[in-house]
Amino acid sequence: MTACLKVEGATKTFGGLTAVNAVSFEVKPRSVTAIIGPNGAGKTTLFNLISGALPLSDGRVLFEGVDVTAEEPEAKAARGLIRTFQLVKLFPELSAVENVKVGFHLRSRGGLLSALLRPRWVRQMEAEIDDRARALLDLVGLGAAADRPASALSYGQGRLLEVARALAAGPKLLLLDEPAAGLNADESARLASLIRRIAEDGTAVLLIEHDMHLVMNTADDIVVVDFGKKIAQGAPDRIREDPAVIAAYLG
Amino acid sequence: MTSSPSTTLREAARAPGRVSLRGLAARAAPWLIAACVVGYALVVGGYAATVVAFALIYAIFVSGLNVFMGLTAQVSFGQSAFAAIGGYASAVLTTEYEWGLLPAMGAGLAGALAFAFVVGYPTLRLKGHYLSMATLAIGMITYEVAVQWDSVTQGYLGISGIPPLGIAGYEATSDRQILVVLSLCVVATVLAVARIRRSRVGRAFAGLAGSEEAARALGINVARYKLLSFLLSAGFGSLSGSLFVHVVGYVSPEVFSLHMVILSFTMLYVGGIGTIAGPVVGALVVSVLPETFRAFRDYQDLAYGAALILLLIFAPRGLAGLFTAIEDRPAKNGRSS
Repeated sequence: MTACLKVEGATKTFGGLTAVNAVSFEVKPRSVTAIIGPNGAGKTTLFNLISGALPLSDGRVLFEGVDVTAEEPEAKAARGLIRTFQLVKLFPELSAVENVKVGFHLRSRGGLLSALLRPRWVRQMEAEIDDRARALLDLVGLGAAADRPASALSYGQGRLLEVARALAAGPKLLLLDEPAAGLNADESARLASLIRRIAEDGTAVLLIEHDMHLVMNTADDIVVVDFGKKIAQGAPDRIREDPAVIAAYLG
Repeated sequence: MTSSPSTTLREAARAPGRVSLRGLAARAAPWLIAACVVGYALVVGGYAATVVAFALIYAIFVSGLNVFMGLTAQVSFGQSAFAAIGGYASAVLTTEYEWGLLPAMGAGLAGALAFAFVVGYPTLRLKGHYLSMATLAIGMITYEVAVQWDSVTQGYLGISGIPPLGIAGYEATSDRQILVVLSLCVVATVLAVARIRRSRVGRAFAGLAGSEEAARALGINVARYKLLSFLLSAGFGSLSGSLFVHVVGYVSPEVFSLHMVILSFTMLYVGGIGTIAGPVVGALVVSVLPETFRAFRDYQDLAYGAALILLLIFAPRGLAGLFTAIEDRPAKNGRSS
């Protein structure tokens, strides 16, 4: 079985600074992979290289065996590579459910003409999108806030809304950038079980996270980066005892 | 649609986002105000009808501007260029070449869209305010072309004798007939914009308005939807330009000067940017307001300016935004959830 995502020697330099240095790893289908590392280790930069937000200085990114290194973010999204952001980027003017509906862009169709004529199939599709968007909000625990403006949600709720919106796009690989930051214990526990469920339903998950509890509870595989380099990779039990990891975190 | 008939009225009133009586009233209020103003002009006729007719033409122009600036959160200072293309195409083709009204209007529309595409395609791909700067330039360039291209536009003299609005033998010549035709055009425009907003296209606009990065991450082709929004607003601009020249019967470059841009911006912000009713209410209020202050004589402009400032202080999201604020406010005697 080919890997869902394969990163080969990903490198990013900003002037003289090497933020990400020849990092290679794979994400298996239906698995949860976590990238951990101290602040400033290059985790988010690595994410931006994978999602297409930043161009690579060197190396390759393969998605389902296809080289997508040079593709724009929207092209990668169309392949099923969907991300969330460390600093939540919601559509503040829209309600929570409208935010999720925007996420259905790739999985719905219709242009200007169908918008103006609004034929039967469009009305049916809109009703279905509304139902499914509300179901996704229920899934992340925001069902009661569906019609509230996104700007009125708490920080943690905003993060969960972003996850629901990303799920609406039908990801094959979901990239979550610190999804638990700002979440309370309840929300964090719900997120952990949600991440497991997403993986079991067939979507691979790659996440950056500082919440070690969440990482140890959800990840099948952990990639540890420090100073832009991968210093270890393995199952949670192994990572916990890896001397290089302990040194990076404590030393 | 999806709401089951078993939903009681009480439940419906409690659920936010569902239609309550007050919500309905708040939503209908701007349209009622607009209908009253147009109704008054229909009854009184004469000068009032002329003022309201211009306001209705502006309502179409500003609705188009709202698609680009409100729904898509971009900025364009050059929409007058597209009104000029539509207006001059209609004027020249119906007088000089004796085309029918609709083909001439269609030609103007095609010209405006082509011009918008040529300007928008390269600039909309760039980040930042390149487009705004480019639009500022095209408004000014179009104005200069209208002034200098004597052989076609007759320069400052302008083109007169443009036939009135009419289709298949029926002509709208009286004030009231013109008002009816223009009102129908505004209704069609409003319906079109409302349908676009609640569609997949409208959601893509809202997405890129909220965060281009997030929109791209969801697979929305930001450059393409920006261009589509720009073309839509150019299209409405062109149609309003055509309507103007047929209603007035005369066109000169001054009609499409920078003054038009400033006036339409005022209408958009006073009415409520990003709302459907805003452009219509804004166009009517900004057109009618100076007239109501005519009794102040020398102080007319002062009163008008003061009224605008007060409006923007007390209704920062415009008049239409004021009504939605009333709608959104939780009921005093009801508990939410």
